[in-house]
Amino acid sequence: MRVLTANEITIRFGERTVLDSVSLKVASGEVVALLGPSGVGKSTLLRVIAGLLQADSGSVWLNDRDVTRLPSHRRNIGLVFQDEQLFPHLTVAENVGFGLRMQRVGRTETAARVEELLQLVGLEAFANLHVTKLSGGEAKRVALARSLAPRPAVLLLDEPLTGLDRELHDRLATELAALLRTTATTALLVTHDLDEATAIADRIERL
Amino acid sequence: MVGLALFYLWPLATLFTRVLQPGSVSDALSAPGLGRVLWFTFWQALASTALTMVVGFAPAYLLARFRFRGRSTLLALVTVPFMLPTVVVGAAFLALLPASWHGTARAVIVAHVFFNIAVVVRLVGAMWAVLPTNLTAAARTLGATPAQVLRFVVLPLLQPALWAAATVVFLFTFTSFGAAKLLGGTANPTLEVEIARRATQLGDVDGAAVLSLLQLVILGAVVWWSSRWQRRASLHLAAGGAARMARARHERRFVAFAGMLTALVMLVPLVVLMSRSFRLGGGWSLNAWRTLGSSEVRPGVSLGVDPLASLLTSLNFAVVAALISVVIGGLAALAITSARRHGSLLDIGLMLPLGTSAVTIGLGMLITFDTAPFDWRARWWLIPLGHALVATPFVVRALLPVLRSIPADQRAAAATLGASPLLAWLAVDVRRTLRPLAASAGLAAAISLGEFGATTFLTRAGRETMPIAIARLLGRAGEIPRAQGFALATILLVASGLIIGLASGATRADWGARADGE
Amino acid sequence: MKRFLLAGLAGALVLAACGDDTPASSTPAAITLVAYDSFPTKDTPLNAALDAFTADTGIVVNIATAGDTGTMVTKAVLTAGNPEGDVMWGVDNTLLSAAIDGMVFAGEPTQVDFGDVCVNYDIAWFAERSVPPPTTMDDLLLPEYRDLLVVQNPATSSPGLAFLMATIAHTGEDSWQQYWTDLRANGVEVVDSWDSAYYERFSGAAGSAGEKPLVVSYGSSPPAEVVFADPPRDDAPTGVVESTCFRQIEYAGVLRGTKHPDEAAQLAAFLLSEAFQEELPLTLFVYPANPSVALPEVFTKFAVVPTNPFTFDPATIAANRQQWQDKWTEIVLR
Repeated sequence: MRVLTANEITIRFGERTVLDSVSLKVASGEVVALLGPSGVGKSTLLRVIAGLLQADSGSVWLNDRDVTRLPSHRRNIGLVFQDEQLFPHLTVAENVGFGLRMQRVGRTETAARVEELLQLVGLEAFANLHVTKLSGGEAKRVALARSLAPRPAVLLLDEPLTGLDRELHDRLATELAALLRTTATTALLVTHDLDEATAIADRIERL
Repeated sequence: MVGLALFYLWPLATLFTRVLQPGSVSDALSAPGLGRVLWFTFWQALASTALTMVVGFAPAYLLARFRFRGRSTLLALVTVPFMLPTVVVGAAFLALLPASWHGTARAVIVAHVFFNIAVVVRLVGAMWAVLPTNLTAAARTLGATPAQVLRFVVLPLLQPALWAAATVVFLFTFTSFGAAKLLGGTANPTLEVEIARRATQLGDVDGAAVLSLLQLVILGAVVWWSSRWQRRASLHLAAGGAARMARARHERRFVAFAGMLTALVMLVPLVVLMSRSFRLGGGWSLNAWRTLGSSEVRPGVSLGVDPLASLLTSLNFAVVAALISVVIGGLAALAITSARRHGSLLDIGLMLPLGTSAVTIGLGMLITFDTAPFDWRARWWLIPLGHALVATPFVVRALLPVLRSIPADQRAAAATLGASPLLAWLAVDVRRTLRPLAASAGLAAAISLGEFGATTFLTRAGRETMPIAIARLLGRAGEIPRAQGFALATILLVASGLIIGLASGATRADWGARADGE
Repeated sequence: MKRFLLAGLAGALVLAACGDDTPASSTPAAITLVAYDSFPTKDTPLNAALDAFTADTGIVVNIATAGDTGTMVTKAVLTAGNPEGDVMWGVDNTLLSAAIDGMVFAGEPTQVDFGDVCVNYDIAWFAERSVPPPTTMDDLLLPEYRDLLVVQNPATSSPGLAFLMATIAHTGEDSWQQYWTDLRANGVEVVDSWDSAYYERFSGAAGSAGEKPLVVSYGSSPPAEVVFADPPRDDAPTGVVESTCFRQIEYAGVLRGTKHPDEAAQLAAFLLSEAFQEELPLTLFVYPANPSVALPEVFTKFAVVPTNPFTFDPATIAANRQQWQDKWTEIVLR
């Protein structure tokens, strides 16, 4: 069953055509890496799929449902940003539980899920810490946990490991790959690093 | 520094001693209706603040987050009312609002909102502009509806700016004089209006002095309480905000709608003011404008002030006041930047007059400089001096960031290249500060042109300024004097607008630089 | 470019500003007479008399007005010792104590005129509606006179203060507040100055666009309406409610601290002379203090002189004026 389909996405910013009739398919449970140099529009495509940007033409289908006109908060598509974008006024636990809170999930259920995810990323002890006190690697893990908490249908990752030093990069790459497999997450990963793509993804597409 | 102390602290000290006379405090505090005046001043400021925050929210969002054609014009439109003379805004709303609204609290509140939208747009907008767009995007991908994004992400992060804006608006509306006097009338006076009334109508200077100091205490308490709240987490936001063009249809609709509505709200009162000066007896007429040169109310009887002469007087005073403000303000700013450790003390000392009402400054000067050898009541420069005292804090606020941005080692570098210390200072500091100095001079001139509170106490026959003349014209019940009042207010509006435009042309309109508050 | 313009503008204005100080006494001497706003500044016989004074003595007289008497006196108190003018005209008995306590005058002020502050009514207005005009102070509280009366603020206007005192004298120092509460409920309009009330709100004044047929004015206002009637008429269009009258006496004097004491003294003396006083009835519509002045016929014919106007002794006024004003403001304006 096809989970995510992007059909002929075209988007223009003024004179510049950033994406020209781009199509993509991701199957259930699959981790696909989208590879390409900087500036070619990979992040833009992610934003269109997530519902943060409206394409000029084309459509996005999720589980045989046309979500092109659906606003971002109703698509159940998660997005991990390149620079994490953790909420600076909230603690780690509050960040991770944010999506559940927005869905009005009860306090106990939220707490349980938050704990489950923090364990998955190895940060149980950090629950009540303010996110401004986290190191780079820790922040990336929290961002990941936060996006996974509301059980998205698809998880999008925008250059999740770019900018880390070699050792941290390799360690996190392995962790990320394992995490995605354990949670059976359907994921679309954007990167310009072929090694990273090979390490994490099942299939590589080029833009 | 000595000059500063003299002209600020001396009148305040005189007010204190006046108040310390036995019986004057209890007399003044037991005056009938004082409780009502205090309560009214307080709740109208609260209501004005709340309403301004609500009304200014959408324009702040629009101008902070979106790029669109006419954005800088809209920003200027929103900012101009804040810098306009209070009598002009008061006159505009007298012209706009129906007679049943005259003398009511709601008229005062509406005018206050008009004035202070700029504060919300600038202060809250400045912070909103640097709020990383991806942060709200992240919230949305986590399932937050737009309302939830606002409630759980944006508002908490904007909190410091929201507090700052609310405090500033509260202070300004609490000490409101010109607009409150014209629109609230004697029926709904604010504390400032009551202070002026006691002194200039009833001759009860002692009572007025007690009320002034009471107001100072209240203002001090408000500032202290507010800064305690503001000191909480001022968060470090990673840079990432950028205004963008509206893409989605609902966004484009919002930009168009909010933009038009904001522009309309800002323009309508001023346009109505101008048009009312041309309406007499139900029809259009140039009569009010044509008779502006005479002060005749009816054959032989004069209003006591020549409207056009007041224009010249105001312009004269503005130039002098600007010069004085720039000199005093420049020196003060220099002293603050070089006095590193005690600089903050001086800074706060100068903030005090900002919170002090212009009325208090005027009253203080009146009772201080009234006995030989300091009997300066008849001196032509006393009023411009009063204007300069009102304007100097703004000049200092404008110059401080610039002076602070010049690193001390740049001066040292100039010195090592062989320039003597004075030349080094001139070469670096003055060159950098020339433009901001010109802009501050313009700002001070605009403030002087529209100054009403302090001038009310110091005005003398033959040297009335435009705001005084406007208030007097609008105080008559006849149609022609009223139309003349609107006409003179229009002239003042245009003159102020020109000076403000010239002055802001000389400043960098930069979001970041404005974020430290006005 | 902008900077250059700014600098040029600033420079020009500074030059203009520099020559702006008041000149010391030069020849010919010019002094200033401070008066209330209904005192004419030109074109009337009163001003012609002042011109004659100038021709005689070489002293030019400028007239400065800023509002009704209350405003004028308070300003004089605030500028006492460094006055805005040299001679002040028009402090009345209700405000005299304020002026004297404030040490406004150099020496004793002298009586220059007197009159009666009374409620005036527009005869035609009441006739058209077949409503009889009010005849007593209490009538003003009746529903048939609702929203018809204009009074002046006693803080800024001397006839306003005089009328307030009339009501106090009429109802007593304990009940006057109730009177004004009822009057407010009956829709009384308050204006700052007599000139504004009479000529802008009163329907019976010549040239006025006002709509209110009742106003606090003078017993000698009807002659003004006969004199200025157009087309001319030989009966008075306005009437006076005699039982509301309060005797008002006006004073003038040299201001303390004047830079021209001699010239000021000359003017003060002239203000009492026949030449000046005989113009008072038909210009200011007051009775001259100088007993040797003959009153014009139209004045004696149409002015109403009440037989028993209210008065207060100066000591009572001095002791209570400020708190009466305060309480009145509370009751009527708030």
